[in-house]
Amino acid sequence: MSQSPLAAGAIQGMWSRLISVVEDQAQTLVRTAFSTSVRDAGELSAGVDDQRGKMLAQAVTGTPGHVNAMAESVAHFMREVGLENMYEGDVYITNDPWMGTGHLHDITVVSPSFHRGKLVGYFACTAHVVDIGGRGFGADANSVYEEGLCIPIMKFAERGDVDMGLVKIVRNNVREADQVVGDIYALASCNEIGHRRLVEMLEEFELDDLESIAAFILENSHRATVECIAALPRTTVTNEMTVDGYSDPIRISVRLDIEEDHIRCDFTGTSGIDKKAINVPHVYTMAYACYALKCAIAPEIPNNAASLAPFRISAPEGSILNAKHPAPVALRHVMGHMIPDTVLGALHEILPGTVPAEGAGSLCNFQLSIRPRSDGNAPPDAKRAEVLMFNCGGSGARPTLDGMNATAFPSGVMTMPIEATEHTGPVVIWRKELRPDSGGAGEFRGGLGQYMDIGTLDGYEFDFSAMFDRVKHPAQGREGGLEGGPTRFELDDGMVMRGKGRQAIPPGRKAMLALPGGAGYGDPKKRDPDLIKRDLDGDYVSPETAQRDYGYTSS
Amino acid sequence: MTDDAVRLGVDIGGTFTDVVLEKGSELHSIKVLTTNDAPEEAILDGIAQVCQASGVSPSDISIIIHGTTLATNALIERRGAKTALITTKGFRDVIEMRTESRFEQYDLNLKLPEALIERQHRLVLDERIAATGQVLKELDRAEVGALADQVIEAGYESVAVGLIHSYLNDAHEKLVREVFETKAPDLTLSLSCEVSPQMREYERFNTVCANAYVKPRMKSYLGRLTGRLAEAGATAPVFLMHSGGGIISLDSASEFPVRLVESGPAGGAIFAAHIAGRYGLDRVLSFDMGGTTAKICLIKDQSPKTSRVFEVARTYRFKKGSGMPISVPVIEMVEIGAGGGSLAHVDAMRQIRVGPESAGSEPGPACYQQGGDRPAVTDADLVLGRLDPDNFAGGSIKLSAESSAKAVDAHVGMHLGLDTNGAAFGISEVVDENMANAARVHAVESGEDLSGYTMIAFGGAAPLHAGRLCEKLGMDRMIVPPGAGVGSAIGFLRAPFSFEATRSTIVHLSDFSPPGVKTLLAELREEASAFVRACQPEAKLEFRFRAFVRYVGQGWEIPVDLSAEDAAAPGAELYLSRFEKSYEALFGRIVHGLDVEITSWAVNASTVVPEVEQVTPAEPGEAARATGLRRIFSPAAGVFDEAAIVERADVQTGQTVAGPAVITEQETSVILPDGFQAILQPDGCLDISRSAAQSELAA
Repeated sequence: MSQSPLAAGAIQGMWSRLISVVEDQAQTLVRTAFSTSVRDAGELSAGVDDQRGKMLAQAVTGTPGHVNAMAESVAHFMREVGLENMYEGDVYITNDPWMGTGHLHDITVVSPSFHRGKLVGYFACTAHVVDIGGRGFGADANSVYEEGLCIPIMKFAERGDVDMGLVKIVRNNVREADQVVGDIYALASCNEIGHRRLVEMLEEFELDDLESIAAFILENSHRATVECIAALPRTTVTNEMTVDGYSDPIRISVRLDIEEDHIRCDFTGTSGIDKKAINVPHVYTMAYACYALKCAIAPEIPNNAASLAPFRISAPEGSILNAKHPAPVALRHVMGHMIPDTVLGALHEILPGTVPAEGAGSLCNFQLSIRPRSDGNAPPDAKRAEVLMFNCGGSGARPTLDGMNATAFPSGVMTMPIEATEHTGPVVIWRKELRPDSGGAGEFRGGLGQYMDIGTLDGYEFDFSAMFDRVKHPAQGREGGLEGGPTRFELDDGMVMRGKGRQAIPPGRKAMLALPGGAGYGDPKKRDPDLIKRDLDGDYVSPETAQRDYGYTSS
Repeated sequence: MTDDAVRLGVDIGGTFTDVVLEKGSELHSIKVLTTNDAPEEAILDGIAQVCQASGVSPSDISIIIHGTTLATNALIERRGAKTALITTKGFRDVIEMRTESRFEQYDLNLKLPEALIERQHRLVLDERIAATGQVLKELDRAEVGALADQVIEAGYESVAVGLIHSYLNDAHEKLVREVFETKAPDLTLSLSCEVSPQMREYERFNTVCANAYVKPRMKSYLGRLTGRLAEAGATAPVFLMHSGGGIISLDSASEFPVRLVESGPAGGAIFAAHIAGRYGLDRVLSFDMGGTTAKICLIKDQSPKTSRVFEVARTYRFKKGSGMPISVPVIEMVEIGAGGGSLAHVDAMRQIRVGPESAGSEPGPACYQQGGDRPAVTDADLVLGRLDPDNFAGGSIKLSAESSAKAVDAHVGMHLGLDTNGAAFGISEVVDENMANAARVHAVESGEDLSGYTMIAFGGAAPLHAGRLCEKLGMDRMIVPPGAGVGSAIGFLRAPFSFEATRSTIVHLSDFSPPGVKTLLAELREEASAFVRACQPEAKLEFRFRAFVRYVGQGWEIPVDLSAEDAAAPGAELYLSRFEKSYEALFGRIVHGLDVEITSWAVNASTVVPEVEQVTPAEPGEAARATGLRRIFSPAAGVFDEAAIVERADVQTGQTVAGPAVITEQETSVILPDGFQAILQPDGCLDISRSAAQSELAA
């Protein structure tokens, strides 16, 4: 490198600073957002690109689903808006699933950043909004047109002036207009905060632009990633996973070709597009495939254009992992969250002792539409309410550790406190606790799923929009580990419900969920008896299961 | 307080117990090694030494103020009582399931922190209260009785009670206490509706568990301490420093020991706030850098910012989410793994990383020559000329610059093709940038811009890095007080008696009842006052009222200060305008047309702190005498400068020192970069500024 040693010392500080600039940007969004999935669950992202649209840094937030999307989307904005039409104070927007992050509920906002009169880069951020019109958040749409309003790439603000026409259109097409518009403003100010911090940094280090630091970051990240890949054997590995889907099972097939300086990851053989809203745009497939590869191969390297480039992801057009417009895509996360375990399964052949067994995979989300009883027995002041809840099953057992109980993987979102949820509507969560015996047995046990019982206060009834998988296809173990407990969804009178789709719950009934467990790793007979005893003491495992799966009898 | 009153501050830290005795304007301090098995022994030892040095007898001491990390350490090391948690049926696993998230995204072998109370010790009652406060399922007294028998039979030493929505309706938790008190009057009990009456079950349950877990030990320790003090003739009343920066009685501390967590750092913030008062500074950044961590805290209008929840016992690189949340009033600060002992290495991306791993005192940095061969921040400082190898810690530890250079070369320089100075500079820049980042983020989260702030730097390593930090943060002035090594214990002596009462009661501004709010605030005021009156029955009290407010639909509340008049005559319009003003300051613009809700309320009662005596700034006089010259590295210019060496003890009030210079003292050195000038003030503080020096250069 041509830099003097001292310049290299200073540039070390600048890279850390740039990462803190985007973390600031993300924090601003978390604190001002209205959408539950942003403010509590952390489903957002924020990043900065150089003037060529190459992503330099991205905040580590709750969702890997936006990993590449950020890297990709700025290029779309540069093309659609045109550099000649960009001015200081501009803010651009879209929620096109194929230009942004895979479904209409995610709004992406990009702002050009000018310093000393010159365009030096772009700030981009994405948030999942409360509502986008259409049928509402759920599995049941037949095409993207039923899923709500689509905003093409356009200017939200030009030279600081907001397009009030666009604001009116949004207001008239979504259910919670104030909150959605509030979130769009929050996105714009989050980029503004990032821009201000960047300018402060450029001033402090007396730089005109990001060129020198961009070169340093991209060169080092690329080299480090390639070194990690070069350490792998040059070979081809494959894997397959089958999950519930909406009405027909879905097969996800993956093939990895490990080359000297890149990895090709292809999903040929995967099922075709589904009729319902579980299809995945390619950008989201890329994000989760990359995430899995990075976890196993290069976990320490920050995400940027150069560290992501050596992971070349492809899926056949028309497959469920590369669904084209106008396929319905609202619940793209349910299939998308299954990609990492599939990819990690393929890597297991060449990285023994590294990857976990399969886990619950998809987040176990549901949305309740609560309304006063329709038979006239409602309290006088009863109101409608929409309640969205994020919940997690168990993660797969690791080669040297048990799986994590009721913990999100691959998603990284957080759940909301029950006490806070119960303040958002007349819902009552009667039970939310670990589900014994749901962790697949193994030398290391799968993480436990959880039980949830859900009802309402007197005088209400509700529709339950389910987004569950692993009802018929539980998580599979590795190296002799057993499968995790499957998902169960019933009413308290024993009636069995469907894993996906909107279903009415009669007044007075409770929905009873048993969320899935992770699978086990290794032969259960090899499990340390002290760990079995600990599991029995805490009732993570029942005596019957201990005897059946582990051959353990307490003395 | 009279001028000859003898006051004693005692801070038990992980390594050292600091004892400070104040007699009038005299200050005597001593550091003794902490005696973990019987912490009171170190205190008595320290008191004996400090009494001797000051010529007073223990019986002359009029008040003892104590802060301790014992509660924190018990939580970190999991050395507490055999504790049961009693909770609502269906919610046995709240403290284990946490937020169901991973605090580190890319680590497949992540270990989540274990719940403080194991699953088999979490017992349930079939009861339920709704979010409206109404009882959905009555608690059966007979069921509680049977559970109490089970608890007694199993030999638990302490019991935590945390029921869903008990912050709204505490009837069921109170019934549990009633039944337990008849069956087992001696059993230690903690109720979540008293320890932390806040919405959000994970934080509240965890806080009541932590309280129950440390309670028997703290009670017994405090009992032993007062006994031993009395034997030694120190019969003065003992009070405890709490995490919110005030003092509470021994009884309150025994009942709510979880409030003592983080009392040491709170003392440090109070210390800085006091210095801010002396200099009339309204915007101060307190910077406390020791061997393992750096603590950064914003002090506005001479009082530190406070918060309602913090995290202790972080298990993974000080990472947010890797510890356990404790929701009690606390001075808000950021703590990061950056200290003199923090170790540096080069990662896969050829980035220099510093900390949080620390060399500690064993083996210590490479320059100690006690077997450490990895470079610590102290080694980089030595290479860059900031420390005198022959005069470290008053000459008691001889530093080897050669060992430092070797460690810096082997672990950083060789990997990056940098020479020793370049590598040491890289280490120093990264640790300074880490701290600057932490300060910036903290400022952003508080809606503050640091450029008009003054830094107050204390702790062993702070004066070495404070100058560079000022440059990075665009700050023009810093103050380095004397006695910086025992800042926390001095802070204890400056703290008011105080207690903050909190409650989660949700009030929508669209449905606002002024009489209801007025009553609520009056009740909280009464509750907080009672705790302070227990210490100081006669003292005049002052109150601070706060509401935690957000737009309906948001997940984060922002604190909104209310005046005494606002509290006495509440109104929806008035409270809305207060909220909008705060919101705009934080986030740039308000949101129109949305309802606003208040989720929690807090009232802090405290004794009135005597007006701080302002320092009359010394006129800049002649230059202090330099005892020699040393080459130190200038990060801003990227070259070595010839710097004057000045002994702090030799400097007279009003004398000046111009950078580049090193001002040496017993435990550390103050690095004065080029363009900075220091003036010794009458109270012994070094008042250092950039602009003054620059304007002088221009003149």
